[in-house]
Amino acid sequence: MNASPVPRFGETPSVRRRLRRENLARWVFGAMAAAMVLPLVLIVGYLVVRAAPALSLEFVLDVPKRGMTEGGIWPALIGTVYLVFLSLLVSAPIGILAAVYLNEYARENWFNRVINLAVINLAGVPSIVHALFGLGAFVYAAQFGYSIISAALTLAIMTLPVIIASTREALASVPRSFREACWNVGATRWQTIRSVVLPNSISGILTGVILQVSRAAGETAPVMFTGVVFFKAVQRGDLLPYYLNEQCMALSMHLYTISTQVPGVKEAIPFATAVVLLTLVIAVNAAAIALRVYLRSRKKW
Amino acid sequence: MVTTPSRTKQIEVVDLRLSYGLKEVIRGISFAVHPNEILGVIGPAQSGKTSLLRCINRTIDFTPDSHVSGTITIDGEDVYRTGNVYTLRRKIGMVAPLPVGLPLSIYDNVAFAPRCAGLSRRGELDSIVEQCLRQAALWDEVKDRLDSLGTKLSGGQQQRLTIARALSHQPEILCLDEFSIAIDPVTTMRIEDVLKELRRHMTIILVTNLTQQARRLADRTMFLWKGEIVELDRTEVIFSESPRDRRTREYVEGIFG
Repeated sequence: MNASPVPRFGETPSVRRRLRRENLARWVFGAMAAAMVLPLVLIVGYLVVRAAPALSLEFVLDVPKRGMTEGGIWPALIGTVYLVFLSLLVSAPIGILAAVYLNEYARENWFNRVINLAVINLAGVPSIVHALFGLGAFVYAAQFGYSIISAALTLAIMTLPVIIASTREALASVPRSFREACWNVGATRWQTIRSVVLPNSISGILTGVILQVSRAAGETAPVMFTGVVFFKAVQRGDLLPYYLNEQCMALSMHLYTISTQVPGVKEAIPFATAVVLLTLVIAVNAAAIALRVYLRSRKKW
Repeated sequence: MVTTPSRTKQIEVVDLRLSYGLKEVIRGISFAVHPNEILGVIGPAQSGKTSLLRCINRTIDFTPDSHVSGTITIDGEDVYRTGNVYTLRRKIGMVAPLPVGLPLSIYDNVAFAPRCAGLSRRGELDSIVEQCLRQAALWDEVKDRLDSLGTKLSGGQQQRLTIARALSHQPEILCLDEFSIAIDPVTTMRIEDVLKELRRHMTIILVTNLTQQARRLADRTMFLWKGEIVELDRTEVIFSESPRDRRTREYVEGIFG
């Protein structure tokens, strides 16, 4: 009946217009993705190229020599590990348990909302402010002096709000119907949390905590004010060089010092230090991602 | 089963009122449920059916801003004065509208409640799990894979798993909240058969959107509308030509609601 030569599924002008827009959209989004990746690759590539002459295992294990103009970075590296480990030892348990309380036990009222708002705002406070707080609270008021303890506690205070926020988010991602099913059979809140809520949010919780490792490792201001020094004499490759009430070195601070404060540093050394710091951070983040992928694969709904 | 007013009351609700914030969703209802009967509760959405069940097992406590007044007694004990709300909830099996397989193995799904109550001997747990899964008409389908995840079962199987879990703490009262909205008619009929069997051991409150389901199963049926009881009578009367309230007839005939 219909003798029209136009095929029913053929390309009409309106279809062509839509296809053009589709292509345009694809290119714009793709270009933005490239604009994001490109600087990253350039920065890392530039760093590695400039650092190449100094990079070696010896550089990592050795101590700085000749007024920090030569040698390695071992005291700073181990100092950073100390600081990060200690600060998370404090902030992770407090943060996670506090978040469990806020999300699972506390009644949803104005007070809870105020606390939530405070936590989110604290997470946005600049690190220099945390540094001043740490100086006042831990170095002077608590009389820990300029020490690893003061610096680690300052970092803990800094990371705490973010850990609370990310943990709450992970807990909130567990459907409420699971909790209700548990309550219906007479389970207490703790039984519910232990058997259903925590096992299903642990991947998100751990990811949030581990991401704070890189943040704590990278910050300079909080530790500079509270317990990290230019230079500290340490044995080469010594795993336990510091007492907790002593000052220590840290990678971020060391990088700042040798880049700006010490004349005559071999050119490759600051770049090599940056590469080590970057590698440390990327390694930790990669561990977080791997853990998340592993736990996701066991996700049960 | 013929019901007479003189029968004992297992659940007695007197002037129950519930509000969320300023919004009153249950407006002073009173009724009683007798032992071993199936009480059907019908009514359109927002009529307070689910809220009523949540008041009975006190999971309404978990809803912020909710306020309950009036009394609910179970076997003569006021549920809002009892010190041990967990024992109260174990006395009541609750089945939600959408099947909830906990992200645990099938076995652990059913053994969860007994474990919460402190039971840990493998032999006892095994027999409870088998008995409850049999009662829920699921045993034959899952007996060879009790270790696989409850969440991986099909919708109808998960709903039967939910019923098995609701039975696992040996409740005396079973509350079903629109249990059939997410499952197919064949599974629904199987579960209805299960309920007919279960009523010999327990009292059942059956909240349902399907008026015909109440007609098939319930001894008495309650028509709830906007938080008030329009009519509560023997099911034959509710579905007869002449219920006392005109709205009841219009609702069950599908004219409004």
